[in-house]
Amino acid sequence: MENNQQHDESVVGHIAPASMYVAIWAVLMAFTAITVFAATIELHVFNIVVALVIATIKGTLVVLFFMHLRYSTKLTMVTVVASIFFLFILFGLTMTDYLSRGWLTYPGH
Amino acid sequence: MATSDIQVAEHALQHHFADMEQQRETSTFGMWMFLLTEIMFFGGLFCAYLVYRASYYTAFVEGSQKMNIWLGATNTAVLICSSLTMALGVRAAQMAKPKLMIALLLVTILFGLGFLGIKAVEYHEHWVNHEFPGPNFHFETGDPEHPATDAQHTEIYFSLYWAMTGLHALHMIIGVGLVLWIVLAGLRGAFTPHYYNPVENVGLYWHFVDLVWIYLFPLLYLISKKHGG
Repeated sequence: MENNQQHDESVVGHIAPASMYVAIWAVLMAFTAITVFAATIELHVFNIVVALVIATIKGTLVVLFFMHLRYSTKLTMVTVVASIFFLFILFGLTMTDYLSRGWLTYPGH
Repeated sequence: MATSDIQVAEHALQHHFADMEQQRETSTFGMWMFLLTEIMFFGGLFCAYLVYRASYYTAFVEGSQKMNIWLGATNTAVLICSSLTMALGVRAAQMAKPKLMIALLLVTILFGLGFLGIKAVEYHEHWVNHEFPGPNFHFETGDPEHPATDAQHTEIYFSLYWAMTGLHALHMIIGVGLVLWIVLAGLRGAFTPHYYNPVENVGLYWHFVDLVWIYLFPLLYLISKKHGG
């Protein structure tokens, strides 16, 4: 879990190899090309699903590697996951209202 | 070199932390807490997008046809490249290579300004086409055979487009300023492998702004096929 540099007192934190950053960059660029290409195919409701799945893969790579979450403390990881949870509460509770408005009929309507 | 590093480090260690590692973890955690409030901040706009897209899907498709998908894709690539140079810049700071760090951060600033320049070209195009919400808003598909079926509600799409990309662009401008601040501090020799918290935290901010754009691009530009046609 913890970095292997800890015995060396001149460094704090984890230093990832440059090749890892370049590899993540290449994957992000490839997925950008894929998402633009996927948008030219008619998939009906699945266009947005494909676009969001690709965006989430890209976002996860950015958070884990560019933002060093993979090398962060467990406290930071738990907090990030909690914020995503609350973001989905925001989306989820709002949409349960808006999407269900046409479901019920009531007298005089 | 090693001696001066240790002197700087002792100076940089605040008295309420046990050691540099604890100080760094605390500083990073604090930055994450700030970024999580930013996620909720943008989250409100994403939620508004979700509600109105669900309500006026046709208008959102028609509005999104006005986006220049190639400029949007180029800007996505520019931001990803800037994130790479930012990440490598933080790494250079960790490895006691201040000149390399400064060079990489200057490239990051150039990518950031490039993004804003391309965004300005897009904004100008929308502005002259009256695709800015307000009294002069006017929407036409540009194809007389296929007039807009829900031109009225495209204004909602464009309101969200300007608000979301505008707030994102504001973050980019702030980000460029922050990276410039790190460059100036780096020129004064402020950072060592012991102490680079500001570099790391500005890096986190920069990647976060990239992360927001990763979602904005498909949601605003790639709503439906028909593009390019």
